[in-house]
Amino acid sequence: MKSYKKVLFAAATAMLLSVPAMAADKLRIGTEGAYPPFNLIDSSGEVVGFDIDIAKALCEEMGAECTVVTSDWDGIIPALNTRRFDFLVASMSITEEREQAVDFTDPYYTNKLQFVAPKKSDFKVDEASLKGKTIGAQRATIAGQWLEDNLGDVVDIRLYDTQENAYLDMSAGRIDGVLADNFVQYEWLESEAGSDFEFKGEPVFDNDKIGIAVRKGDPLRERLNEALAAIIEDGTYEEINEKYFPFSIR
Amino acid sequence: MTWAERWALLVEWAPQLLEGALLTLELVGIAVIVGLFFAIPLGLARASRHWYIRAFPYTYIFFFRGTPLLLQLFLVYYGLSQFEAVRDSMFWPFLREPYWCALIIMTLHTAAYIAEILRGAVQAVPPGEVEAARALGMSRRQALQFIIMPRAIRIGLPAYGNEVILMLKASAVVYTITLMDIMGVVRTINSRTYQFEMFFLVAGLIYLVVTILFTQLFKLVERWLKVEASRKR
Repeated sequence: MKSYKKVLFAAATAMLLSVPAMAADKLRIGTEGAYPPFNLIDSSGEVVGFDIDIAKALCEEMGAECTVVTSDWDGIIPALNTRRFDFLVASMSITEEREQAVDFTDPYYTNKLQFVAPKKSDFKVDEASLKGKTIGAQRATIAGQWLEDNLGDVVDIRLYDTQENAYLDMSAGRIDGVLADNFVQYEWLESEAGSDFEFKGEPVFDNDKIGIAVRKGDPLRERLNEALAAIIEDGTYEEINEKYFPFSIR
Repeated sequence: MTWAERWALLVEWAPQLLEGALLTLELVGIAVIVGLFFAIPLGLARASRHWYIRAFPYTYIFFFRGTPLLLQLFLVYYGLSQFEAVRDSMFWPFLREPYWCALIIMTLHTAAYIAEILRGAVQAVPPGEVEAARALGMSRRQALQFIIMPRAIRIGLPAYGNEVILMLKASAVVYTITLMDIMGVVRTINSRTYQFEMFFLVAGLIYLVVTILFTQLFKLVERWLKVEASRKR
């Protein structure tokens, strides 16, 4: 008799405890916090940036309560898979390799490659005008590889170890233009050093899709996709986009 | 990755690797030869008895030996180019090109070391031989030309060969100013294939092969000049 009561009591407590957990959906957002302006830690220790704004808008759309967790880039996928957080919004490119370890949502923005050159130059982005020009890019980036694959025989390619050195050489007039992600380029153009330079032509490559990662087979993926479609639909996405970039990054 | 795939990758990138090796050889070859010509007056002046003749080579050698090659390269390539006066000068067509910047700095750098080798060699010529030359009625100039220099070259040659090999290895920093030398090519291949361990090993092998070439070359030169140290006993 006594033991029967005990079981009943335990069952009742378990039900009571599980109810609030189901009502207020709690989710943890994972990010790196070292990739401005997408995710960074501000002077007050708060994690902010484009990724975080998007993630929070998604949480609001899903009616979930979210907290932000940061992790080193190297260990960020293992951290997701060991449940330190539930979804990863860290400007991560969708690649085949990563798709073996995690599932990705629809892309929430696209990395585009775009040329930057001096304002006063008549730099045009077509093969005939680019012929014989000297173009700089950072080694081991998509920009450097795109140049080699697509304009290897047309332009003289200079590969730099850091993006800064490519800009230094363009300022010195050694190279005619620089190809890089348009976000990176934009940051530099906004700085004092970049004031005599501008974007030239349309983006030449826009196939580097950035997605949100979830654990393999997690139904959260569908909910995030729906929420992403909803914030794009109602203009929230555009609002966040405009806060950071004067051009669409979708 | 199987061995067949590795070989295929190696064959695919072989032309670039060869070009890289040739660029490294070219830069080092020109630098150590031109550097030697710069070093002769510098080394002789450095060995002078007069302080005002010693002063310039002393300062020059002090600067080039006292700072890393990488720093000198950055100072000239990224540093000088930030001044408009330099960009408007007659030197800009040369300083504009990473190739010329690397060549100029490598030459000036190695000249400092060779000058120091030469000074040591000149001072190591036995004083008795110099005195004998003078006693035979040779002028200072004649003694320098026929006695001191031929002796000093033989004394300094092994050290010069060593310097050439050191320069070969030091040249690996020129990829930082966009040159596609051995390191530049290998790093570019790595960023595409992710086969780091394999291509770094290949780079190591290329450097070793070039080192062997230089060593054999100097062996021949030493034999031709009858350097005492290399004679069989």
